[in-house]
Amino acid sequence: MSIELIWAIILSFAIFAYVVLDGFDLGIGINYPFIGSKWERDIAMNTVAPVWDGNETWLILGGGGLFAAFPLAYSVVLPALYVPLTAMLIGLILRGVAFEFRWKDKSKTQIWDKAFIIGSIGATFFQGVALGAFIQGIPMEGRAFNGDWWHWLSPFSIFTGIALVFGYGLLGSTWLIYKTENKTKRHMQMLGKRFFILTLIMILIVSLWTPYLHPEYFEKWFSYPRILYVLPVPLLVAISTVCCFRALIKNNDLQPFVWSIILFLLSFIGLMISIYPNIVPPSLDIWQAAAPKKSLQFLLVGVLIFMPIILVYTSFTYWVFRGKTKPDESYH
Amino acid sequence: MFEAIDLARFQFAFVVSFHIIFPAFTIGLASYLAVLEGLWLWKKEDRYLNIFNYWLKIFAIAFGMGVVSGIVMSYQFGTNWSVFSDKTGPVLGPLMGYEVLSAFFLEAGFLGIMLFGMNKVGKQLHFFATLMVAFGTFFSAFWILSVNSWMHTPAGFSINEVGQFVPEDWIQIIFNPSFPYRLVHMLMAAYLTTAFVVGAVGAWHLLKNNKNLCARTMLSMAMWMAAIVAPLQLVAGDMHGLNTLEYQPAKIAAMEGHYETKKGAPLILFGIPDDDAMEINSIVEIPKLGSMILKHDFDAEIKGLRDFPADEIPPAEIIFWSFRIMVGIGMAMIALGLWSLFLRFKNLFYSTRLFHQICLLMGPAGFIAVIAGWVTTEVGRQPFTVYGVLRTVDSVSPIDAPAVATSLLVFIVIYFLVFGAGTYYIFKQFSINPEQDKDATKKVGSLGVSLKLFDKA
Repeated sequence: MSIELIWAIILSFAIFAYVVLDGFDLGIGINYPFIGSKWERDIAMNTVAPVWDGNETWLILGGGGLFAAFPLAYSVVLPALYVPLTAMLIGLILRGVAFEFRWKDKSKTQIWDKAFIIGSIGATFFQGVALGAFIQGIPMEGRAFNGDWWHWLSPFSIFTGIALVFGYGLLGSTWLIYKTENKTKRHMQMLGKRFFILTLIMILIVSLWTPYLHPEYFEKWFSYPRILYVLPVPLLVAISTVCCFRALIKNNDLQPFVWSIILFLLSFIGLMISIYPNIVPPSLDIWQAAAPKKSLQFLLVGVLIFMPIILVYTSFTYWVFRGKTKPDESYH
Repeated sequence: MFEAIDLARFQFAFVVSFHIIFPAFTIGLASYLAVLEGLWLWKKEDRYLNIFNYWLKIFAIAFGMGVVSGIVMSYQFGTNWSVFSDKTGPVLGPLMGYEVLSAFFLEAGFLGIMLFGMNKVGKQLHFFATLMVAFGTFFSAFWILSVNSWMHTPAGFSINEVGQFVPEDWIQIIFNPSFPYRLVHMLMAAYLTTAFVVGAVGAWHLLKNNKNLCARTMLSMAMWMAAIVAPLQLVAGDMHGLNTLEYQPAKIAAMEGHYETKKGAPLILFGIPDDDAMEINSIVEIPKLGSMILKHDFDAEIKGLRDFPADEIPPAEIIFWSFRIMVGIGMAMIALGLWSLFLRFKNLFYSTRLFHQICLLMGPAGFIAVIAGWVTTEVGRQPFTVYGVLRTVDSVSPIDAPAVATSLLVFIVIYFLVFGAGTYYIFKQFSINPEQDKDATKKVGSLGVSLKLFDKA
């Protein structure tokens, strides 16, 4: 396996880790409008207060890793997605500060709750838009993006934006099923079912839409014998769907969250299948975009040393804050 | 009308200036918190825990704002400076990667335990978490200053056929010529910035009641820092300046307001630099002292801006002033540090109201000095992004001006709203008397209970 490919795998891992981890804590903001009482909102916020910051660090690793390992891809994709990414950053600012600010002034809690909701939904929506625009392909000339600053805007990208809001909504509500009890938990189970159905519809539509965006995408999924290799992905999606639904019906604590993650993983793998070996569709591949070997090797050493340590202490933090979040668990 | 590049530059300057305020504060504050918690564990005096909990809340707000404004930075390179990113990615990308891996995860991973975990993990592990957060801020400074220094004094690279910087020697890249000076200078700046904020809060509460034990401890610790580190900072700054003279002489000429090459150049204290006419109307100058400071020789020749190529010099009209603001504040810090020593010696440290008032006034001094210092060094690097190799005009993204103008406007509005609110909440916490911080004292009680449980387990 070439070092370029190893880096593509590392980055995929970082991005997937980000999607799951920040997905559920952005998802809490997406569920927030449906969580009525201040008391329940406090608990929902406190389930992620100790970890949201670490979750978001994976986004920086994704961006930083792309800059380091595939600088050409970084310098093409980011200008192309200028508007959705900037909007995403603004959303992340609004909801990031809400974690602290909402406790500081009792009369302003409402305002920061709104900032939390708008920030979470906005960041998620524009992340989805960026993803959709990316899948659609980014025109290049020479070593640069060649297009207008609204090139990202299309029915498909708007649709993937909405899809991601429902998807993170599902991660958020199933996380809260896992972390809360009694009335709040029952409430989240109801929301979870709704987000589950919406997410499922979205996965179906995006899966059917994507192959028709580019002939290559179609080839990757429907040409013989490739179809035999890729068939397990939709089959596993079907199985996970059934399992996730059963777990939601049976009022299981952790399983709905786990199966939601698996659904995300399968969608992510599906996306990888469509794009590989490109790193920027439709034509820039992993090897063309990669940094020189010396850069890749030097940072790979760092990943091999630090990543296991990071995983250990991140797990430790989750372990410390394991179990149901109680109403009085906060330093405020 | 502004060109896209002007807007992009202004946007970068704006978001980075806002961002630096928070790390400059949290680097120092994380270390301060670690010292406080260490003192509490060692001496078992409640006042240290009180002060710790007091500043922990401020740390949480400032750190949160640092994180969200920092994420903006990590995307700003790509969105607005894509050509720079493509070319420097192979060299700077891995350094930033190391920052994420060794620093950001460490800070974020242990921050949760530091803020929320005292009752869950016990005091030793909690102290460990605080230390990890402090180390995280330190590692972060290490890597990002290495990146920044490399842009000033690039080393250890070659350039490939598509125009990318290719790493040849990582040791030369990381420990590039200006890095050690810049790192030391910035870390001390962060410590001083924090010390003056802590000192001002202590002074404020002493002005209301000079028996306040927590406020006394704050002011005293802060002023030890000022008395010791401020003079050291002068030495570090001087060494950094000599290093800059060696590698970026045009920047020094602009800082000093030297347009003409002179033997025995004066030290210009004040003057009005004019970049169009390439001359300075100096108002106050000390003959020959400029040469003495820069070359340690009264008659040494100092090259003026006129003798550099016209397209390689930075705007003296800006950095002449920003440099003086920074140095002026540094001198004021040294003076206050000396005064504090004198007052301690005379046993008047806690009773001299004028001293407390001036400490209060100096509270924001560190921030102003830090921003002025960064303006000096970054504007002084112009017209290059990678000094001498890659020009700013050749670094920018192919983005249309309306998109950049809109994003700039949005950033300005959101930053002032959000960070304005954050600053307000920080001031609200400042106004609470640290001795009567209910939450903090409540913590002591609940902590006592949980510690017993912890000991049994």
